[in-house]
Amino acid sequence: MNLQEIIDNLHLKLLTRENDFYSINVESGYASDLLSCVMTGAKSRGVWITLMSHSNIIAVASLLDLSAIIITENAMPDEDTIAKANDEGIVLLLSIHPTFQIVGQLWEMGLRGT
Amino acid sequence: MASRYPVISDADAESITRVEELAYELRIEEVMTTNVFTLSPEMTMKAALDSFQKERISGAPVKLGDTLVGLLSIEDLIRCLRDGRIDLTVADYMSDKLITINTFDPVVEALRLFVKTKVGRLPVLDSNKKLAGILTKGDITNGLLKALQRDYQAEELIRYRASHLFEDINSDRTSLILRYNIKKDDFTHGGAASNHIKKALLRLGADPQTARRCGIAVYEAEMNLIIHTDKGGTLRIEIEPHKITMEAYDEGPGIDDVEKAMQPGYSTATEKVREMGFGAGMGLVNIKRCVNEMKLISSKERGTNLFMVMHLDRQVTNQQSYGENK
Repeated sequence: MNLQEIIDNLHLKLLTRENDFYSINVESGYASDLLSCVMTGAKSRGVWITLMSHSNIIAVASLLDLSAIIITENAMPDEDTIAKANDEGIVLLLSIHPTFQIVGQLWEMGLRGT
Repeated sequence: MASRYPVISDADAESITRVEELAYELRIEEVMTTNVFTLSPEMTMKAALDSFQKERISGAPVKLGDTLVGLLSIEDLIRCLRDGRIDLTVADYMSDKLITINTFDPVVEALRLFVKTKVGRLPVLDSNKKLAGILTKGDITNGLLKALQRDYQAEELIRYRASHLFEDINSDRTSLILRYNIKKDDFTHGGAASNHIKKALLRLGADPQTARRCGIAVYEAEMNLIIHTDKGGTLRIEIEPHKITMEAYDEGPGIDDVEKAMQPGYSTATEKVREMGFGAGMGLVNIKRCVNEMKLISSKERGTNLFMVMHLDRQVTNQQSYGENK
């Protein structure tokens, strides 16, 4: 599935620059708030679902070449974090729902391949 | 799901933003046409028509002496032909309500004018208000394409030079050493050095998988320096054609029990650090997983020294050495 479908279906708010999300293909997902676990578990080009919103998540996503970070429970990152994400080409998405629900919805959409 | 937008690849998306940047960076004088063919107001429209045909142009500025007085476009010529009055002068048909642009304006200013006024060409004035050139949308497209080409060639050159670094230099053993000083508690820049290292490896021609694995290993080491040291420490990356040696060293406080530190899930991170998502107790475990060799030496007197090696010449099986306590 592409990232635009995920954004539309999950009513995610885009925090970073607009892009052609139809062309970004997402095949896997990973959920954790522990950065080292993400380093181990997340596949490149996947989406990462987390409650973390401080700037270190950008460095992690950049090193892993993740397609997007979905930040849950409306944990709004600060401006510097968003600027850093734009610099590194990381897509930041925000949801009001908790991680559990987002993961459930992604699973229902057919996203597997953790 | 039907696409609302034309499909744009990642590479296209990157160049779009670069074009936007360039529209602000490039000045009009860098993209305009100089050596402009000009008309004089007393010329007949017949003479203007002949020169448009001869010069293969569709518009020209009209100058009286040194001063710009008007602009004659193909539309004015058509209007004149419809009137059947090619015996009249350029002054009778030219438009004298001039929309001009300055040599020092950014290209984006011209783009705004083209959209706002729907004119086809803009006379360009220098700082003395004298005609310096003329600008069409075609000039802008050409200028942007040339600038993009320059960008591309510059990056290609850097990449080429970097990837040939080792071939071009003769020595018994050539290596490139990168050093990064990591400050304690500098969470704001956490991961910056690892990202630089990953990018450097890619530029040097490492395959993406190797660059990623080195990036992850160095990231964990970098965060350890930020979180666990007294005064921060140093990352030293030595790149050779056949291997990458990554070291992280600090002056203390040293690890109490190296064996324990190597266990998955064991962490001494404070509550504050854990709140930021660190301290999973997986850092050293991750490093071991990513690199071919790893060695951890720590003492209260000398601090901690972490060696990580990635072999490049052949597929080396994951020989993992264990931490030793000195």
